[in-house]
Amino acid sequence: MTDYLVPLILFVTTALALRRQERAYDLMLDGAAQGLKLLFTILPALIVLLTAVYMLRASGATELLSRFLSPFFSFFGIPPETAMLVLIRPISGSAALAVGAELMGRYGVDSTIGRTAAVMLGSTETTFYTISVYFGAAGIRNTRYTVPAALFADFVGFFMASWTVRFLY
Amino acid sequence: MLMSWIWAIISAISLCSALITGSGSALAGAIVQGAGAGVELAITMAGSLCLWSGVGAVMEAAGITDMLGRLFRPLLHTVFPSTKQDAALSRDLSGNICANFLGLGNAATPLGVRAAQRLKRGDTATNELCRLIVLNTASIQLIPTNVAAVRSGLGCQSPFDILPAVWITSLLSAGLGVTAACLLGRIWKS
Repeated sequence: MTDYLVPLILFVTTALALRRQERAYDLMLDGAAQGLKLLFTILPALIVLLTAVYMLRASGATELLSRFLSPFFSFFGIPPETAMLVLIRPISGSAALAVGAELMGRYGVDSTIGRTAAVMLGSTETTFYTISVYFGAAGIRNTRYTVPAALFADFVGFFMASWTVRFLY
Repeated sequence: MLMSWIWAIISAISLCSALITGSGSALAGAIVQGAGAGVELAITMAGSLCLWSGVGAVMEAAGITDMLGRLFRPLLHTVFPSTKQDAALSRDLSGNICANFLGLGNAATPLGVRAAQRLKRGDTATNELCRLIVLNTASIQLIPTNVAAVRSGLGCQSPFDILPAVWITSLLSAGLGVTAACLLGRIWKS
């Protein structure tokens, strides 16, 4: 089903743009150029952060962390191997991408752990970054219950990512 | 500043645990490999990332954001009651949510910030502002293009087969997050 959905979205988007007399092809090229720019801005971070991820993995720290947090993660049915991803996700988007990509590469993209990492990345946001952008721009000092509620949403995301992958694949 | 500390802590942790587990040579090798892997990851992502930024630009021009906005309006009125009186706020908020939904992060943030400025009281976050931010931190995205790009870069045959799991997960996480915010809003004293 999802195999047809993505090409369908491509077609419908283009058709709607043409109906409005928009130059769909030129817009695609502009957007692609923007994507290239985005890639160049995150490339330095990816290089540094993947080095960090590889260092943590090679030194045995990743394994120690997941073994240490294993009881907590297993209790909720979240694979302990994703511990690093869960911890870094709310803080840094590119670090989470680096950790997630390493997990997918190590355990395989279609493995349970690889899929869980992908779903976690796809269905959560860089919570603390988003909060600081919004409150910074709006000049808010008293954030009240925003942080606990947002972290609760993240936790639901990590929990559900593990369980949906377990049931659907 | 935060990332500088994280980087320092990561190198300290790596050094310590390499000393404990005696994996010094592996650690030294990892430093070289990791930097190369960063470039490799960027290159494998490049194609899909650019293509989907292009599709995002067409979606914006095709008016899909406005169509979605009309679809979501009843829900918007329920979660953000102020939008019933304030048309400008309603427009910014639904633009923010729809742009996020389509993965247009660059378009979503300015709209969201403008809505946040209308929703605040002095320097305190109102209930509706807290809900807006929880909704923005919980990401409901139709097509998570970055992740799909990484998956296909790593040799996945059907990188989009995670979509149903992503939809269920992000809907529940955003829904329960906003529900928690609503409940907390009743008991939390400002």
